[in-house]
Amino acid sequence: MASVQINLPLPVLPAGWTAEKDFKPIGHLSHATDRNIEPVGPHFLAHARRKRHKRTFSEDDRIQAQANVKKIEDDDEGEISEPEDPLMLQREAKDWKGQDHYAVLGITRYRWRATEDQIKRAHRKKVLKHHPDKKAAKGGTEDDQFFKCIQKATEVLLDPVKRRQFDSVDEAADVEPPSKSETKKGNFYKLWGKVFEAEGRFSNKQPVPKLGNEKSSQEDVENFYNFWYNFDSWRTFEYLDEDVPDDNENRDQKRHVERKNQNARRKKKTEDTARLRKLVDDCLALDERIKIFRQQANAQKNKRRLEKEAEQKRLAEEAAMAKEEEAKLQAEKEAAEKAERAEGKKAKEAAKNAAKKNKRVIRGAAKDANYFHGAGDAPAAQIDSALNDVDAIIAKLDNEEIAAITAKLNGAKGTDAIKQVFQDEVKRLIGAGKLKDGELKSLS
Amino acid sequence: MSAENDPAQRVAIGISFGNSYSSIGFTTGEGKAEVIANEDGDRQIPSILSYIEGEELHGGQAKSQFVRNAKNTVAYFRDFLGKEFKAIDASPCHESAHPIEKDSTIAFKVKDTAEDKVNEVTVSEITTRHLKRLRNSATYYLGKEVNSAVITVPTNFSDVQKEALNKAAKEAGIEVLQFINEPVAAVLAYDARPEAKLADKIIVVADLGGTRSDVAVVASRGGIYTILAALHDYEVTGLKLDQVLIDYFAKEFLKKHKSAGDPREDARGLAKLKLECESVKKALSIGTSANFSVESLVGGIDYTATINRTRYDLLGGKLFSAFSRLVLHAVEKAQLDPLDVTEVILAGGNAHTPKVASTITNAFPETTTVLAPSTTPTAINPSELPVRGAAIQASLIQEFELGDIEQSTHPMVTVTPHLSHAVGVLCISGDESTGVFHAIVDAETPLPVRRTAIIATPREGGDVLIKLAEGARHIKITKPEPKPKKEKAEDDEDDDDSDDDDSEEDEEEIREKTWKINNVLSEAAIRGVKKGGKVEVQINIGADLGVNAIYREVGGKGGVRGIIAGGKAANGSA
Repeated sequence: MASVQINLPLPVLPAGWTAEKDFKPIGHLSHATDRNIEPVGPHFLAHARRKRHKRTFSEDDRIQAQANVKKIEDDDEGEISEPEDPLMLQREAKDWKGQDHYAVLGITRYRWRATEDQIKRAHRKKVLKHHPDKKAAKGGTEDDQFFKCIQKATEVLLDPVKRRQFDSVDEAADVEPPSKSETKKGNFYKLWGKVFEAEGRFSNKQPVPKLGNEKSSQEDVENFYNFWYNFDSWRTFEYLDEDVPDDNENRDQKRHVERKNQNARRKKKTEDTARLRKLVDDCLALDERIKIFRQQANAQKNKRRLEKEAEQKRLAEEAAMAKEEEAKLQAEKEAAEKAERAEGKKAKEAAKNAAKKNKRVIRGAAKDANYFHGAGDAPAAQIDSALNDVDAIIAKLDNEEIAAITAKLNGAKGTDAIKQVFQDEVKRLIGAGKLKDGELKSLS
Repeated sequence: MSAENDPAQRVAIGISFGNSYSSIGFTTGEGKAEVIANEDGDRQIPSILSYIEGEELHGGQAKSQFVRNAKNTVAYFRDFLGKEFKAIDASPCHESAHPIEKDSTIAFKVKDTAEDKVNEVTVSEITTRHLKRLRNSATYYLGKEVNSAVITVPTNFSDVQKEALNKAAKEAGIEVLQFINEPVAAVLAYDARPEAKLADKIIVVADLGGTRSDVAVVASRGGIYTILAALHDYEVTGLKLDQVLIDYFAKEFLKKHKSAGDPREDARGLAKLKLECESVKKALSIGTSANFSVESLVGGIDYTATINRTRYDLLGGKLFSAFSRLVLHAVEKAQLDPLDVTEVILAGGNAHTPKVASTITNAFPETTTVLAPSTTPTAINPSELPVRGAAIQASLIQEFELGDIEQSTHPMVTVTPHLSHAVGVLCISGDESTGVFHAIVDAETPLPVRRTAIIATPREGGDVLIKLAEGARHIKITKPEPKPKKEKAEDDEDDDDSDDDDSEEDEEEIREKTWKINNVLSEAAIRGVKKGGKVEVQINIGADLGVNAIYREVGGKGGVRGIIAGGKAANGSA
């Protein structure tokens, strides 16, 4: 706030007035009223800053001043002047087409990225340095060639059309595509990314998709290559045109040159398109991601087929296994049957033998029982009928019954006991209906 | 919201959201506030929404729907925000959608969809839609997505209302950086002009709006503003002025067409009258006469008439004097005298009316500047004052974090002690013991404060005495037969006072501002001042009332430094 101006003079110091250090406090301020100040306006912001950081006026002034100085320094830092090539300073203004406008203005680090503001500031700076008046003042020659170069560079770069023409042929901004061996070292994305970033400056469509990295999605990668295969470029080659002679010289000559220029432009444009195409082809060929994606796609496709095959195989195997199992079982069964049969035969034989033996025993038992004839020698008829009856019994009995009766007979001693056994047997057989009562006379 | 919280991504505008009109503004790269026109080219956008077959009309287009589609037109809803149904005055809404109570808030019944169905739309939803339209207009104009704003509110807007407005704004995709008071925004709009000088001022901001008038007395001390008093009036308004014209034209119409009905009794006729009267009022602010013309006012009769400004001034005379009474009342409420007032800023639509400005000019002494288009050629359009202030504030704070803003607007920071008396030096006068008081720091200056004064010395130089004292302002009333007194007004321009003394008519009593010395604070001496030299006095007053004074000769070396202890002891002794 501006200081208050008071025009009325101060009173003269009364004689005899003294005080320590010429200052004498007398009273105190009357108490203050608390009010709400409105949090609005630049001065409030300063107040809030002081209050929140507990600064006094002078402290705040100092800190703000420091901050301002720092800000200005930071602004300046953005554009440390680039060294000027002494050869460049020798340039003639008339061959401005050959000069690198960015280098002349000292903004080679920005090139096509330089904003209008940066160009303007660079121009101002260069003009301050190279103004012919300054040179003359320093006692130098009145050489304003480089100054003219600066003016020309600014003229070109501040005109959007001319700037595009120059940018189109600004080879210093191009990034050479890396060789195959370079990308092998694993910095494919870094090296090619730069190439495409540089090429992307010619795109009518902005923003230009980025090359990405190995983690990019398939969609992104496809987008990227689609973009580059359908690249919409504003690159022109007018800047390299041959100078068209003045009207008044020769009309035919002029037209000839113009036509030549047209053709040259067209040719260069075609070449450029082809070059870009090849560039993208090269990159695509080297791009690991494409291979991976293809493999993935193949894998996907194969997967189903393989699965199907595996399934079939499994089924076949299962079937074969089942069959084998079955065969095995069959064989086992057969073997068992065979063994059983053999066993059976043997058993039969044994049974037969046993039966024979038993029959013999039975018959022997009948003999032992004296042919059921009580005491004394049995008459022949008795023997006959007894033996017939025994045979008849035997014929009626199966092997087990024969064994059973044999066992009984073996246990029975004495004629009566034996006879009793036979009689019991006969009774049983009659009971079973196998014999008719009274059929066996000797045992009735 | 997270993206919007990033201050770098912010595109902030100022919004003045009024009951009748809203406006939007932004600050250009050169720091100049500009008001944005909406798609219809309006800088004052009526705060009205209208629905017709599912289509939403906004602003001027919605306003013209008053005639045909009044039921589905929502207007004058700002003051309903965050209030209870019982607490509102719905009278301005008689000719449009009427507010109803709905779950403890206020809603309007409108057909806002294409279907033939009446929906209850809450006032908060209406506000959101309105703000969304404003935001779209700003976005369209700026070409950048607007995502934050400073919104002006009346001084009596409660926290609940602010919270409701904040919520509605958030719904509309606007992050509210700050709510600022309308009168302060108006002051800021003037102070932000490049030609504005920083000075200690007492400013009266009179905002004469459509449905309400607000007057605030603001102390501006070194660019920091304090509201000393505020008044709100819902009777003395622009709509009342319209009503005066409506009555006048209705009567004239009835005189001419005796058989026709009273247009005020016909809903459409009244709506047409209202719209036309408002534009007649605006036209009368610019020209000395205006045409009134309505087709088919009532019963198919077209009506045309003219009115001149004198007639209008007569018709509205009562209201105009009510306006100035209101302003004077506010000054009284702030315990000040009209002589204390440095500036009167007229804001709001009715400030355009020349008679309002002239009535107020007459009510204040000549030392007071009245800033209105008809009195000051350089005045800012009164309707745009709040929005300009908001836009400037938005540009000032848009790079701050929201938390920072909150902290800075916290009472911890904003509540400050204000000087109760002016502090100044005693200059030479006939009476050696008292001297003439000259203020360096005015009363109502927030502390801490730092001020410098450059004071002349006796012609021959030599040793001088600097007495620091507290002074109280005193209104001296002198009856006619004036004797030129050696009094000094606070103003630095001496000629003002001398003119006063001479030109004053002897019929009136003369009111002057004088200083009474209350309390001498300190004495100091500067020795050996050169001939014609000047003395610089710097006073630092801390929040604890401690005074740190530095006296030195301009261009000289050394100087005197003194401290007057403050703190509690000072409070006790005072």
